[in-house]
Amino acid sequence: MATTATAEGRRQATREAGSSRARGGRRNWLGGAAGWLWLVIVLVPIYWILITSLKSQTTYYDSNPLVPPSHPSLANYRTVIAADFIRYFLNSLVVAIGAVVPAVTVSFMAAYAIVRDGRGWFLRSVNALFLMGLAIPLQATVIPIYLIIIRLHLYDSLLALILPSIAFAIPLSVLVLANFIRDVPKELFEAMRIDGSTEWGTLWRLALPLTRPAVVTVSIYNALTIWNGFLLPLILTQSPTQRTLPLALWSFQGQYGINVPAVVAAVVLTTLPILILYTLGRRQLLSGLTAGFGK
Amino acid sequence: MGTAGDTRVDTRVAARPATTRVRTKGLAWLAVPALVFFVAFALVPLIGVLLLSFTSWNGIGAIRPAGFASWHRVLRDPGLPHAIWVTFEVMALSWAVQTPISILIGVFLAARHRYRALLAVLYFIPLLLSSAAIAVSYKALLDPNFGLGAGLNFGLLSQDWLGRPGLALGLVVFVVSWQFIPFHSLIYQGGVRQIPVTLYEAAQLDGAGRIRQFFSITLPQLKYTIITSSTLMVVGSLTFFDLIFVLTEGGPGDATRVLALDMYKTGFQANLMGPASVIAVILVLVGLVLALLLRRLGGRDPGASQLEGV
Repeated sequence: MATTATAEGRRQATREAGSSRARGGRRNWLGGAAGWLWLVIVLVPIYWILITSLKSQTTYYDSNPLVPPSHPSLANYRTVIAADFIRYFLNSLVVAIGAVVPAVTVSFMAAYAIVRDGRGWFLRSVNALFLMGLAIPLQATVIPIYLIIIRLHLYDSLLALILPSIAFAIPLSVLVLANFIRDVPKELFEAMRIDGSTEWGTLWRLALPLTRPAVVTVSIYNALTIWNGFLLPLILTQSPTQRTLPLALWSFQGQYGINVPAVVAAVVLTTLPILILYTLGRRQLLSGLTAGFGK
Repeated sequence: MGTAGDTRVDTRVAARPATTRVRTKGLAWLAVPALVFFVAFALVPLIGVLLLSFTSWNGIGAIRPAGFASWHRVLRDPGLPHAIWVTFEVMALSWAVQTPISILIGVFLAARHRYRALLAVLYFIPLLLSSAAIAVSYKALLDPNFGLGAGLNFGLLSQDWLGRPGLALGLVVFVVSWQFIPFHSLIYQGGVRQIPVTLYEAAQLDGAGRIRQFFSITLPQLKYTIITSSTLMVVGSLTFFDLIFVLTEGGPGDATRVLALDMYKTGFQANLMGPASVIAVILVLVGLVLALLLRRLGGRDPGASQLEGV
């Protein structure tokens, strides 16, 4: 195989260079087998979803499930869109943007304060509180959230989904952003101060641009979590007009369960926006995630 | 970094001892908006669930104090130990499946090959799908009459996955692994890449083979990564709600009725918010105990700078 040959060659080369990444050049059969096998396990269902979404219901029952359709059709996507998925898409978009923008903004401000002025009792306890908040499972708090939302007369509205989503995005966002702000060289802050910048100005003109990868990572991560959220919409909304995509998908399967191609077309449509977002922000997201968790 | 210090000509700064960290006072107000949101919709609900566990409420009418009635009811119900047991099974099995595979793939991906970078991109796909989308897809995929197994005439795949207790639990563990192994592989990839190459060079000089290197260097060096990843897995497994709700609805019977699902069904389907709050409190306590246990294993401040020691 070509890959083994190049690996062999690289091993030779690195050995001669004398500064090899020892684990890089050597063959790792077990890891390789696991890696390729898992790739197949990951890709087969996704491939099946994609090709099935292009089949008509009758071809689906007759054809081999792993062979792509000879006459691909977008009819299933039309069925899904006719079932009001545009509205659910817009609802999800409103909730995701409406929650991520304020959540990341307030988290960034809090992280900045914690890093720059974190010695006082107030900010120390805020920091401790957010760290503890990482361990609060959303599931355990939904009953009081439901009660609060009813009392605020927000039940069955998108705002009902936005408010708790902001709260639960804050702890991790503050933690990751603070880690990155902490790595901004102290001299830069000092220089800004000598140039007469206020802390508010330093926050936006120094800390924000220098931690942009972290801000993008945190925003994408939160957007993903909120976009895919199921429990809050399930509990806090009722009418079809307020449905977000995951909930719509679930009730769509309840309705159209037998029409497998339409169901998987709905899956593809709900994932498409995230796929686009991921493609745009992939590099930063991956490096941000590994920096945030990997150590 | 040096340039900023060099261009600075300021006697006040020069007079300051070099070790003083430059900090500013009076920024506390910047944390207030985040604090308000967090207190209102996370902290108050957390305290609220404890208070509600001492009340009786059907979700619509008035909330009445009920003392320990809900606690008695839940603690005497055989459904609770069952739900705890199922939660534990899902947690332990999904940890046992995910950890070794994630480490293997992480080590594999850590080597800097271009095609492996492409693999990492493909691995990430399951993380983009919502749990609801994954559950909906697997339900369709594994349908005994219309799914993949039936279409391929492949008996192993066309079993009634959602109709038999053992199979349903196994399916949940498999789908969880399908969803999260890529994420944990990436964590391990990051961890492996931070192991100093000199350790391997020294081991090679000492004549240690590949397997020996893995167990004597890679695995011990990954200690903190394993703890981080395991914490996320274990605490995360308490919150598998969407996936199990859409995939099995806790069934067949109560075979996959984990704590989170037990709480939802008790509260929002049986309209017993008091007992449901008791289950929620138990859920929080289990999560807290597990997080503390794993933290003790690690003993590291998660707020520490990422650049420390580099």
